[in-house]
Amino acid sequence: MLVHIDQDKCCGAGHCVVAAPEVFDQRDEDGIVLLLDARPPADLHQAVQDAAAVCPAAAIRLDLA
Amino acid sequence: MTAPRRIAVVGAGAAGLHTAEALRRAGYDGRLTLVGDEEEPPYDRPPLSKHLLSGQWQPDRLTLRDPRALDELRLDLRLGVRARRLDRRARTVHLADGREVPCDAVVIATGVRPRRLPGAGTPGDGTPPAGAHVLRTLADALALRADLCEGPRAGGRLLVVGGGLLGAEAAATAVGIGAEVTWLVSTDTPLAAVLGTETAALLTGLHRGHGVRIHRGTATGLLSRGGRATGVRLADGTDLAADTVLTAIGSEPATEWLADSGLGLDGGVVCDARCAAGPGVWAAGDAACWPDPRTGRHRRLEQRTNATEQALHVARNLLAGPDGTTEVYTPVPYLWTDQYGLRVQAFGSPGAADRFEPVDGSPEEHRFAAACVRDGRVVGAVGIASARALRGLRAQVAAHAPWPPEPA
Repeated sequence: MLVHIDQDKCCGAGHCVVAAPEVFDQRDEDGIVLLLDARPPADLHQAVQDAAAVCPAAAIRLDLA
Repeated sequence: MTAPRRIAVVGAGAAGLHTAEALRRAGYDGRLTLVGDEEEPPYDRPPLSKHLLSGQWQPDRLTLRDPRALDELRLDLRLGVRARRLDRRARTVHLADGREVPCDAVVIATGVRPRRLPGAGTPGDGTPPAGAHVLRTLADALALRADLCEGPRAGGRLLVVGGGLLGAEAAATAVGIGAEVTWLVSTDTPLAAVLGTETAALLTGLHRGHGVRIHRGTATGLLSRGGRATGVRLADGTDLAADTVLTAIGSEPATEWLADSGLGLDGGVVCDARCAAGPGVWAAGDAACWPDPRTGRHRRLEQRTNATEQALHVARNLLAGPDGTTEVYTPVPYLWTDQYGLRVQAFGSPGAADRFEPVDGSPEEHRFAAACVRDGRVVGAVGIASARALRGLRAQVAAHAPWPPEPA
């Protein structure tokens, strides 16, 4: 799994950090998403998919190859 | 009842799209119809008053899913057509083009439409005068931008009517692209009811500092001459003149098409705590109204994050079936607003608080996170440029935790 984030689209809700704190963080100054791990291990894939699904700004894209 | 094989999702905004996507993701492989009255494939509305109005973004950036991702959902996609009626007995959605969509389950995600001032015309009932705008759709935003940037009214006087978040964002964006902006509000500190007094006062000061003229009053009607908006009339009998008028005085649920459906329609589609409006009928997004388990009162949330969260919730409950395990919907409301380069973020209901308790920074620094407390409980949290501290308060908002926090 390859994780892409779009920082321009991110609205800073932080839902992704709640869903997958190992993979996502937020910039303190504006809450914008930070990607900690673009190739997360398999045991985190479900959490990352949840994060992408709940992102209100559709700012997380996953390549599931 | 057997598992549904035909699901109709009515409304192709964020709530409708996310419902459809969540249904597929959960393994639903039956027929999935998505109906939307706009021509565009599902797009994101929050940037309309920000990056799109400013011209920083082109419309294609608002698209929520690229064509390939939409294809993968295998939708029976009906765009540019309005739902006209729901016949629950026959389990059929009637569309304005005369076609019918039979379905075992329907999800109502038709959202809201903006209120207009008397004199502004209503959809299907008179054309609004030129220069009179609302801001809900992509077409609305492009029309407003065109009036502000091109043609005879470019760079002229914009009057923004309404002291809510939409009006505030539009005023901030418009002044940034060279409009002469007057913001008509009904209270001394607009946005206080949403964000709390401290944050609202900070933003009001920023508006003034950037040259927005804040006018206190209540508009009673739109003025026009020769088919062109000229301003508004106020309750005190005076007039405010403008070249372009943006009316941002709130919205109403777009539920007319459900009038004879037998569903409860009282300030939205009335749902139970699981977001069911009736057997096989669900609602998500701006139009849905459900009982808040903390207060027992029905509420409706016009918030972008709610559209997503409620959609996922409805998809789960719908597929669980009548005998399955369904869940009560208990979101922690979240909103954000971008004005003058600052991003304000809020959880819960900061406007309902009677105490403002910063846990990081201060409003004076334009950097803070604060708990918003009412009757000794955390009912909200609001912050600027302090995302981690703010997120740390989310659990306390969710729990309506006591304040000050009890020692661990």
